[in-house]
Amino acid sequence: MEIEWSTYDPGEFYDEMISSPGNPRRAARAIASYLQKLSARQLGRRQNAADLAIAEMGVTFTVYSEGTNIDRTWPFDIIPRIIPLKEWSRIEEGLEQRMTALNMFIHDLYHEQKIITDGIVPKKLISGSKSFLPQCIGASPRFNVWAHICGSDLVRDRDGTLYVLEDNLRVPSGVSYMIENRSITKRVFPELFRKHRILPVDDYPAHLFDMLASLSPRPLDYPEIVVMTPGIYNSAYFEHAYLAQQMGAELVEGGDLMVSADDCVYMKTIDGLQRVDVIYRRVNDEFLDPDVFLEDSALGVRGLMRAWRAGNVALANAPGAGVADDKVIYTYVPAIIKYYLDQDPIIPNVPSWRCEDKVQREYVLANLDKLVVKPANESGGYGMLVGPHASAVERSKFVNLIKHNPRNYIAQPTLGLSTAPTICGQHVEPRHLDLRPFILQSDRTYVTAGGLTRVALRKGSLVVNSSQGGGSKDTWIVDTGGN
Amino acid sequence: MLSRVAERLYWTARYLERAENTARLVRVFSSMMLDLPNGVGLNWRQLVDVSGAHEYYDSNYRSCGERNVIKFMLSDMDTHGSVISSLAMARENMRTTRDLVPSEGWEHVNELYLFARKKLTGKTLLKDRHEFLSEIVMRCQQITGLLAGTMSHGAAYQFVRVGRNLERADMTTRMIDVGSATLIAPGMELERLENRLWTYVLRSLSAHQMYRQYVRRRIQPDQVLAFLLQDMIFPRAVAHTLGEIASCLQDHLPHSEEPLRAVLRLQRLVAEANAEKLRAGGLHDFIDLLQLEFGNLHQLISGTWFSLELDEAV
Repeated sequence: MEIEWSTYDPGEFYDEMISSPGNPRRAARAIASYLQKLSARQLGRRQNAADLAIAEMGVTFTVYSEGTNIDRTWPFDIIPRIIPLKEWSRIEEGLEQRMTALNMFIHDLYHEQKIITDGIVPKKLISGSKSFLPQCIGASPRFNVWAHICGSDLVRDRDGTLYVLEDNLRVPSGVSYMIENRSITKRVFPELFRKHRILPVDDYPAHLFDMLASLSPRPLDYPEIVVMTPGIYNSAYFEHAYLAQQMGAELVEGGDLMVSADDCVYMKTIDGLQRVDVIYRRVNDEFLDPDVFLEDSALGVRGLMRAWRAGNVALANAPGAGVADDKVIYTYVPAIIKYYLDQDPIIPNVPSWRCEDKVQREYVLANLDKLVVKPANESGGYGMLVGPHASAVERSKFVNLIKHNPRNYIAQPTLGLSTAPTICGQHVEPRHLDLRPFILQSDRTYVTAGGLTRVALRKGSLVVNSSQGGGSKDTWIVDTGGN
Repeated sequence: MLSRVAERLYWTARYLERAENTARLVRVFSSMMLDLPNGVGLNWRQLVDVSGAHEYYDSNYRSCGERNVIKFMLSDMDTHGSVISSLAMARENMRTTRDLVPSEGWEHVNELYLFARKKLTGKTLLKDRHEFLSEIVMRCQQITGLLAGTMSHGAAYQFVRVGRNLERADMTTRMIDVGSATLIAPGMELERLENRLWTYVLRSLSAHQMYRQYVRRRIQPDQVLAFLLQDMIFPRAVAHTLGEIASCLQDHLPHSEEPLRAVLRLQRLVAEANAEKLRAGGLHDFIDLLQLEFGNLHQLISGTWFSLELDEAV
C-alpha cells in the first residue's frame, strides 16, 4: 500500500490533496511527501495504532436501525484532510455571516415577521412549517440569539467551489469526533505536528462553556450548566457524556430536572435541589416539555417552556430555532442574508429547486434521475433520494411523495463531491467527503478551526453520514505563511 | 452528584452482590443435596422459599424439581434475583454511569454478563454447575475489589458501598435461613446433622476459616449463628455490614439522619439477639423481621437521596 501520488487519480473530481496526479496542492505538499516515504508496513501499523486508540477511548456511536443499542466503533482514516488557512479564513467569515443572518431571521419570525411583510419569504412557508413553534412567539432569548450551536455541512463540487449544503440548527452532533480525531492523529503522526503549523481544535469545550455561561440568567462566574441527553440509547450519547465531562458540567436526563412554582429549573442531587441556569439540550424540541409539546414525552421536563419563557433558564439551542434549518427555508438563505445584513453571501448555496413551485416541480419530476431530493424536515440522510443511484421503483415512490406534499421537498443537482486519499485495504484511493464546521454564537461568534470531515468509505458513494456507512478524517487548517 | 446517578451506582452494587450471593446459595444447597442423606427434610422447595420470590415461582413453575429450581435461581431472565437477571441489571445500571466508574469496572461487568449468558445452558446447569458458580463468585469479588481499589472513595463510591453492604446483610440472613429451614427436620442423629448443616452455611459465606480462627471452637450451631449475625469484623456478618452502612451514612453522605436512625435501630436489634434462644425457636421469624427492616432502610435511603420531590427541598 505504498503511496505513489502519480498513480493516485481522482478522475473528474476535485481532490483535496492533489491538483493532478503526481502534484500535491501547496498546503499538502509536505504531508504528501512524508506519506510517500512511509513503507506499506509503516502505514498499516499506524492505521492499526489509530484503530486501537479509538477502541481504547471507547469512541462509539449507536445506529438507530439496529434496534437494540449496539456500540460500534466509528471508522477513522488516518490521512488528514488539508485546508489552507487562507481559504479557511474566508470560510470562517462566511459561516459567521450566515449564522448572524439566520439568528436575525429566527428572531424576526417569532416577533414582527418583517421579512414576510416585505415579501421576501412567503407567509405560508412559515405557517406550514412543522418546525415553526407558535409557543415561541414573542420569546426573547438573551442577545436575541436562538441558534447557539450550529453545524453547517459544506461540500465542494467538481470545479472546486465550496457550497453550504445544509445548516443544522437543532442538535447538531459530531464535534466530539472532531476533537478525538485530532488527538488520535497526534499520536499517530507526532512528527508532522512539529513540522507544520496546524490550528488546534481542542479548545472547543472551553469556548462552548464560555458561550453557554454567557447565556446565564444569573450573572455568575460559574453558572450551573448542564448537558441534557435523551439517554444511553441515543446515537450521540457518547458525545453528550464527552462534552459534559470536558466542560465539568452534569450530564442530566429529563427526569433529573424539575420546574418549581417559582418557574425556575432545579436538578435533583444528593444534596437536595440545585438551581440550573443553562441547559445545553440535546433533546429535540417536541420532547422538551410534555406540558407544551408531545404529552407522553418521558425525555423532557414538565414546565420547562414556562421557565424558559420567564427568562429563568437558558436553553441552547432555543426551542423553535429549527425553523431555519428547514430544507425549503434553506433555499431562501441567500435572500435572508441580503435582507438582514445587506451583504452578498460569502459561501454560496447549492442551487436548489422548490417543489412547491409548479414550474420548478415539473422540472424536478422530469429529471429525477439526475437530482437529489430532500425532505424539508429530516436529518442524518434519512428519507432522501439520490436520483442517479436510485431504482425506478424508488424514483416512482418519490414522484408520489412530491405530488402529495410538494411543500415538503426540494431538489438539488447531484454534486460531484470532492475526494481525498483514503486507506482502503491495501491501497490508497480517492473517497468522497464533506465538512461539518461548528459555529458557536451568543454575544460573539466562534468557528472551529476546520471541523469534522466525514468520508464515504464505500467506493463511489456520496453518503457520508455515520448512520449510513461513513467514516471520518482529521481536518487540518494549515498555515503556510504569507497571505 | 445527581440523585439518579447515585441510585444507579447503588443498584449496580446491590445487583452484583446479589448475583454473587445467589451463586453462593445455589452452590451450597447443591452440595447439601448431594451430601446429606435422604429424608433429613431437605428439598429444593426450600431454596425457592429462601429466595423470597416464591410467589413468582408458584405462578410460573409447576413442580419443585431440581431442574426447575435451578433454572429459576440461575437462568430465568424474569426472576428478580436470578444470577443472570442480577448481572443484567448490574450491567444496565453501570452502563449509564460509566463515566463515574473506572473503565475496567464497566468492562468486567460487561464481560461477566456475557460469560454467564453464554454458559447458562442446560449442560452447565446440571453438569458443570459447581465450576460455573465458583467462577461467578470469584469474578463478582474481582469487580468489588476493583471498585474498592481504583475508585475515589467520594460520594459515588459511598453509594456503591451502601448498596453492597445492604444487599450482603440481606443475603447473609438468607443463608442463615437455609440453616433454619432445615431445623424442623425430624430424624435421627439430629445433632450431628445439624453441625454439618451449619458447616455448609459457614462455607457458603467463605466464613469457615475465619470462624475457626476467631471463635476457636469446633462447629457449634449457636456459635455459628452468633458469628454470622453479630461478629463485628467478619465482612459478611450482619453486624459488620450494618457498621459499614452506618459509617457511610454518618461520615460521608449529606442529610443522612433518617436512614442513619434506621441503621442504628437495626444494629441494636442484631446486637441484642440471643442466638441460643433463637435457635430453639423463632429464628425464621427473626430473619423475616430483619429482612423487613432492610427493606425499610432501603425505602429511607431512596427517599433521602434518590427520589426528591419538589415539596421536600425548596
